[in-house]
Amino acid sequence: MRYSGLKVITEGLFGNKGWGPAWRNPAPKAEYDAIIIGGGGHGLATAYYLAKNHGLTNIAVLEKGYLGGGNIGRNTTIVRANYYMPGNSEFYSHSLKLWEGLEAELNYNVMHSQRGQLILAHSDGQRDTLARRGNAMINQGDDAELWNLDQVKDFAPYLDFAQTRFPIYGGLMHKRGGTARHDAVAWGYARGADRRGVDLIQNCEVTGIDIVNGVVQGVQTTRGAIRAKKVGMVVAGRSSQVAAMAGMRLPIESHVLQAFVTEGLKPIIDSVISFGMGHFYISQSDKGGLVFGGDLDFYASYAARGNLPMVEHVMEAAMTLMPMIGRAKVLRSWGGIMDMTPDGSPIIDKTPVDGLFVDAGWNYGGFKAAPASGWCMAHLMATGDSHEVARRFRLDRFRTGHVMDEEATGSQHNLH
Amino acid sequence: MRIPCPLCGTRDRREFYYYGSEDYLKRPTDQGTVEDLDNHLFLRDNPAGVTRDVWYHETGCGAWMVVTRNTITHEVLGSELVAKKKEA
Repeated sequence: MRYSGLKVITEGLFGNKGWGPAWRNPAPKAEYDAIIIGGGGHGLATAYYLAKNHGLTNIAVLEKGYLGGGNIGRNTTIVRANYYMPGNSEFYSHSLKLWEGLEAELNYNVMHSQRGQLILAHSDGQRDTLARRGNAMINQGDDAELWNLDQVKDFAPYLDFAQTRFPIYGGLMHKRGGTARHDAVAWGYARGADRRGVDLIQNCEVTGIDIVNGVVQGVQTTRGAIRAKKVGMVVAGRSSQVAAMAGMRLPIESHVLQAFVTEGLKPIIDSVISFGMGHFYISQSDKGGLVFGGDLDFYASYAARGNLPMVEHVMEAAMTLMPMIGRAKVLRSWGGIMDMTPDGSPIIDKTPVDGLFVDAGWNYGGFKAAPASGWCMAHLMATGDSHEVARRFRLDRFRTGHVMDEEATGSQHNLH
Repeated sequence: MRIPCPLCGTRDRREFYYYGSEDYLKRPTDQGTVEDLDNHLFLRDNPAGVTRDVWYHETGCGAWMVVTRNTITHEVLGSELVAKKKEA
């Protein structure tokens, strides 16, 4: 069924009885051409682009829970392409272009809103760094504007410009940045993949990966064995556990990243704003809740909830930046489990096992990457070659020294 | 989360700096291979469950310790000084 405005009206007139399920619920077959482990945003996007770009439709997505139940549904929904490093910048640029056409492509409302993202500078040095980053973004073909203090004041008069500890010097505006509805992205890709014949199999946990003489044969699951010559592990958050089934250790440590949402408020923040002097970023959802997040808790954790010191730090940053939100009540907070690599950049690569591919290590940036990650993982699985915008996301880059430390804090597990 | 320091007793998590997996203590010998270094510095078991990792009592006694804890429940099961471990 194609969704349209007319369909909404006619269904409304006839009691909304014509809406069928958005995707089938098939039983697993004994064999597929390719299997994707993980039915999150990246896995579903991979399946969609395998079917669409490469004509591979005899494929299955295996999900141990329900579709989109992981990090795609527990993030702060920010979409942007403001990376500096070669290797990252072209990848996120590609992703943003896919986002811009995503709703038409999927015939699904993912509520992508290019409301702009403003990163603030609080010193001369920080402003210079933003100028450099902005130039890199423009050279990449994306948009960036370096704003002075008056421009920031006009745009966001509610920021605390009077305080002297972290004075605001200006900012970098990325107008094509913004937000999207998090689970809708997973659902849109799921529906698109299903319509092209992909089997989306839920409540199907992979319990083993069958490998004979270094070649992948298929997987063992809670719903029986399934054979496939190509298997993609797209399970950020649990990558180490799934890779361990193939006898691999990954350069990944799992950390928890917290996010918060307040009660619904009238429109006050109409863009994404990132504080430059503390890890803090905020936007307002279409429902009115202020959605914001901070930095990692900074120790290995799989608990999908955070620790209080980071809650305190995030609230302090919020109050320093925009004291007006002090009266808003926080409704909920939650934690997502991040695959943290030592350099803070992701992995889309082959593994030493023939036919086994890995898409992992999305750190704190997986949401905006979902379309390009799926695009590049599909390209890799179908052709055996890395896509040109994901060529540097190598699994062995730490051993070979080709690290991609965008933050420039050092390539070490506890620093990202 | 509160962490038991073998010298100072149980203290707030904020007094400690997290360094990382116990793998950091397994330094390869000078005969080691690149793979040994990769395992020492980058590759991790990253267990969902009981783990052992290195912490530094930054605003306390300055001791380095190995903490045994559960990454799913945040339960802390014990700690020992890195210095003692090395003597043993």
